[in-house]
Amino acid sequence: MTPPPGLAAYPSLAANPGLSSWLAFCPGGTVTIRPGKVEYGQGVWTALAQVAAEELDVALARVTVAPVSTGTSPDEGVTSGSLSIQHSGSALRQVCAQARALLLAAAADKLGTTELTVEDGQILAAGQPTGLSYWSLASPGLLDREAGDPVPVKPPERWSVAGRSAPRLDLPDKVTGRPRFLHDLVLPGMRYGRVIRPPAAVAELVALGDPGLPADVVVVRDGSFLGVVAATDAQALRAARLVAKAAQWRVTESLPDDRDLKGFLLSAPAEDVAVESRRDEGAAASATTVRTAEYTRPYLAHASMAPSCAVARWDGGTVTAWSHSQGVFALRDALAAGLGLDAERVTVHHAEGAGAYGHNGADDATLDAVLLARAVPGRPVRVLWSREDEMSWAPLGPAMLARLSAGLDDRGRIVTWRQDVWSNGFIGRPGRGGDPRLLALAHLAGGQPMPPAPDGPPTGAMGSTRNAVPGYDIPDLEVVRHRLLTMPIRTSSLRSLGAFLNVFAIESFMDELAECAGADPVAFRLAHLSDPRAAAVIEEVAEFSGWASRPPREGTGYGIGYARYKGLAGYCAAVAEVEAGDDVHVRRLWLAVDVGTVINPDGVVNQVEGGAVQSTSWAIRERVTFDRARITSLSWDTYPVLRFTEVPGVAVRIVAATGRPETGAGEVAQGPVAAAIGNALARAVGVRVRDLPLTREQVIRAIEEG
Amino acid sequence: MEQQELHLTVNGEDHTLACDPDLPLLDVLRAGLGLAGPRFGCGLGLCGACMVIIDGKARSSCDYPAWAAEGTEVTTVEGLRHNGTLHAVQQAFLDEQAAQCGYCTSGMIVAAAALLTVNPDPTEQEIRAALDGNLCRCGTHGRVVAAVLRAAGHHGGGEQAAHRDSGQAVR
Repeated sequence: MTPPPGLAAYPSLAANPGLSSWLAFCPGGTVTIRPGKVEYGQGVWTALAQVAAEELDVALARVTVAPVSTGTSPDEGVTSGSLSIQHSGSALRQVCAQARALLLAAAADKLGTTELTVEDGQILAAGQPTGLSYWSLASPGLLDREAGDPVPVKPPERWSVAGRSAPRLDLPDKVTGRPRFLHDLVLPGMRYGRVIRPPAAVAELVALGDPGLPADVVVVRDGSFLGVVAATDAQALRAARLVAKAAQWRVTESLPDDRDLKGFLLSAPAEDVAVESRRDEGAAASATTVRTAEYTRPYLAHASMAPSCAVARWDGGTVTAWSHSQGVFALRDALAAGLGLDAERVTVHHAEGAGAYGHNGADDATLDAVLLARAVPGRPVRVLWSREDEMSWAPLGPAMLARLSAGLDDRGRIVTWRQDVWSNGFIGRPGRGGDPRLLALAHLAGGQPMPPAPDGPPTGAMGSTRNAVPGYDIPDLEVVRHRLLTMPIRTSSLRSLGAFLNVFAIESFMDELAECAGADPVAFRLAHLSDPRAAAVIEEVAEFSGWASRPPREGTGYGIGYARYKGLAGYCAAVAEVEAGDDVHVRRLWLAVDVGTVINPDGVVNQVEGGAVQSTSWAIRERVTFDRARITSLSWDTYPVLRFTEVPGVAVRIVAATGRPETGAGEVAQGPVAAAIGNALARAVGVRVRDLPLTREQVIRAIEEG
Repeated sequence: MEQQELHLTVNGEDHTLACDPDLPLLDVLRAGLGLAGPRFGCGLGLCGACMVIIDGKARSSCDYPAWAAEGTEVTTVEGLRHNGTLHAVQQAFLDEQAAQCGYCTSGMIVAAAALLTVNPDPTEQEIRAALDGNLCRCGTHGRVVAAVLRAAGHHGGGEQAAHRDSGQAVR
């Protein structure tokens, strides 16, 4: 049966129309919702519970959220792209509204009146209790039907649970140390596995001597994949070290020169695709000043606080796995494809891991666990990656180069703009491009190297060209993507994808152009923006940061950055205060965001604050390093991230847009914050630094080259 | 590896375990005593996710040999609760919603609790300095500092905390 055409606006619901797959009324007066989006610290469970409580008219405390499982949950694809509130929220809201209507119809049948209201799940007639409730009415099978055409939902002005800050459902466990993470899962009879990775990005296992292991340790060797299974994690770790010593590898130097990323990006074979082309030759010809500049970012690591972990059990070709993957359905299919199994025989349960920020090692660790579990059938095997493996074998956010060229007319208006973006693809999750894309598959006997990561359709919303199309009013515009066709270092999605560099580049360039035009950066942006919501966040951040009244101070600069995420989602403007003396310090950040209708304001602020701090860390600290054979930034010493004594104070203001579509808030800050820092640094030191990270060394280099 | 008898006092209770005393204390707490609060992050004492309080001092347990903890008082985040009531720092973390993924939270809470024991009225700078060995990748630092200030009885206060408060409004 095809879903009603009206459901097209609810992609998650159209794909999973069964009401009972989303919602259940449980004994004891609780409601279980079953979103297909996973929690990894972004607070989405709490917001989705608020949506359900609101639409059903039940107390938030009655709502519990079921972990995502391929066996029971609706398939909502990957939890990524700041889409959970739009997709899952809108679906759940519609499911709850339809369930509420069904239950009220059942109540009306019993009571002979349709003048009914609901208060915390109790059915009232003329404001009086009827003795009926959702739970007494929800007969078995009542929700075993498909969603019908969309029904009206409660307008935000009548909300009392949604639209208000609610405390996170998961935090009480997390402040008391109760087991909650996948890393805490202990199953009866569980064994512990470790994988011994090759010593270089490309290396072949040529021999394995006798590691001298205790008899009860199982060694798994398949091609260049090496693992051990033991009774405890400590034994597995010890065994893995012995096996590593006994292994001989043939190493191939396969990595580019990490001091010449520009050279690598520009010389690697690439596929060139037009992303945007709106030509106005007359306008372009009116340019009297033309500027060109190049901006780069290095490879960046997700660097989750927890190394990846997974548990799997192999029962005669049936696989059950527990993973902190962001996409358990795609992972199930990739595991099945990679192992030659029917997907029906693979079940993947989600359990929380540490914050993910994109495609980290979770999926790969799950395959590791399955491969090791195959050696001890019937027993669950837990695999934990080492910190070093997490930093070097999880996919990385790719190095990028953006070359921008623009022309100003004699009135100081931008009349032409060209942007070229060189990058490996960002869309490297399991199954993308038709390949399972799981790490160990390349190491197994007969395994093939993973093909270069795809980058999605060439638009300003996707992949490396996310936000490569400036949101400004520019008559003549061309944007071209150059996706690399070799992938010496494995890349995939990292929070905000290409937006981090593209917004840094565009907004740095906007300041450079404003300077050419002799205009104030804020005024220059506003002069090129016709979207009032864009202007509103810029004006708000300028106002509350005191943009116009900041006196110049020696060594201190203020800068602004703005973007509408993906060109179609949340708006964010940021102002940064940067002090440049012995080092580059970001002291304070101000952010104004418009993310449409807000379900949980404190949740939005938390996401924007966190995004701002992480973006600051990327912008001034982080850089994956490597030699010609292997990643060398393996620990927090060699891959430093911003610490408590270094983080800026962050002030966030939400510009209300209630009634507008929800847009998600988790990624809006990444680009604008980096841009604001770059612009502030340029004002503090008097030279423009265009290569990230904005370290003391880069400032000195820019001064020398300046 | 040699199994020996190990005597530990953890969260006020005495335990005798048969284990390799050279194991990191973290392994013994998690695998031996079933405590999930201290978490493995790096194994090198560089991230703070595994922090516990040993004789009043917060320190990493992933690089601390279990034998060295004999004769000491070890407190994990599970042991901060007193008679079913959350420690002031735990409560303040909830009040300030001072977490995202929460993986680093127990290490931060024990580090903050240890700080307040020796310095009940710390400045914002002292809090930041005390937590400098605790990494957070989600970027919740501002909230964590606000939570520790709150646990110490301050509401607001501190230059950066005041800055953060200046944004907290919906226009």
